[in-house]
Amino acid sequence: MALSAEESSRLTGLLDEHAERITNRWVELLAASLRGRLSQAELRRQVQELHHAMIEAARSGGFDLESESAGELRAVLAELSRGRARQGFTATETATSVYALKDVMLEVLETDTTDARTLRDYVAFSSLVDQMGLFTFESFVRTRESLIADQAEQLLELSTPVVKIWEGVVAVPLVGTLDSARAQVVMERLLQTLVDTSSPYAIIDITGVPAVDTQVAQHILKTVVAARLMGADCIISGIRPQIAQTIVALGIEFGDIATKASLADALRHVLRLTGVEAARRQPRRES
Amino acid sequence: MTAGVDRGHPQAQAIRSDEDVVRVRQLVRTVAVAVRLSLVDQTKLVTAASELARNTLVYGGGGTAEVSTVDNGLRRGVRIVFADDGPGIADLDLALTDGYTTGGGLGLGLSGARRLVDEFDIDTGPERGTRITVTKWSR
Repeated sequence: MALSAEESSRLTGLLDEHAERITNRWVELLAASLRGRLSQAELRRQVQELHHAMIEAARSGGFDLESESAGELRAVLAELSRGRARQGFTATETATSVYALKDVMLEVLETDTTDARTLRDYVAFSSLVDQMGLFTFESFVRTRESLIADQAEQLLELSTPVVKIWEGVVAVPLVGTLDSARAQVVMERLLQTLVDTSSPYAIIDITGVPAVDTQVAQHILKTVVAARLMGADCIISGIRPQIAQTIVALGIEFGDIATKASLADALRHVLRLTGVEAARRQPRRES
Repeated sequence: MTAGVDRGHPQAQAIRSDEDVVRVRQLVRTVAVAVRLSLVDQTKLVTAASELARNTLVYGGGGTAEVSTVDNGLRRGVRIVFADDGPGIADLDLALTDGYTTGGGLGLGLSGARRLVDEFDIDTGPERGTRITVTKWSR
């Protein structure tokens, strides 16, 4: 909702005239509500920037947050909410940063002229601040969402390490939900590591996967087939009793893929295949 | 279809995305733990719920899952109702055949889920959506 030109100019006048008092009081209110989690200097800088942007916006095209002339004001509001979201403030605390201006203006208007226009001005101004508050809110939510998306992506990276556990043996400990996106990452990592370390064996450990349904099984099977095409043998380990019974009931067939109860069993199996165990034990018997 | 008195309010979860399938799984696990299903039965039920929720999403175009606890006087159990307004299943016998799939999966979801639960009821038909009710009783 836009303010009329007359209201606009009166409010700009007020904002400009009482600049010092408004920013001081605004900082004071914010400092109280945020309880010292932001420094006074930081708050003052933000408030002055916002105050300045409002006056600029009003001078160049009236108080309308949607208009082109309010671009700077929108940018300042967006910057403010981004900062608050990243510093871990709540949405309410962020929006209050803007809404506090209402209280400030009410105080200014009370001591200023007290004619019939004052109330109308205040109501009009109020709706503008509401608009600014909502805009802040939206920016806040957007920032939070992008933070969550970033974290989800980081989690994707974090939770799929491919580790070399023996000469020629790599292991992928899978943890959590194996959806299509993660399965893709796992497969790419595994295949790349197989090439990089020229390992003929890969162990896929599913101890950390809470439920193995047909989708998870299909992802694992595809990974195993892809690894085979590259000449590597896969062993699936970490199949707990309840998972084993569920897989049987579901009717999933792992075919000729070796499966073991634990990662240790899988490693032992691979070492036996490569003859490492025999070579290691012999000297001990002699001594 | 079965004797069972509903206890407590059913908890509903909308199924609109892959994340919702995970949420259904977590909700089912929480309820299954609360009625003291054994670890094997919990895992079976959660896996069945995972299959059916994904079917609801992929083939039904999204829907809801309603999880409630039931009591037949002797045993307690968990009942889940999956409902969607999708195209429905034209040939139910074929859909329940192991290895039959129209979506590129393993073709074991629906038939496998039926084997994982104690009671399995399906109400579907062309152009009238699908409603699947499954129950798992504690032993």
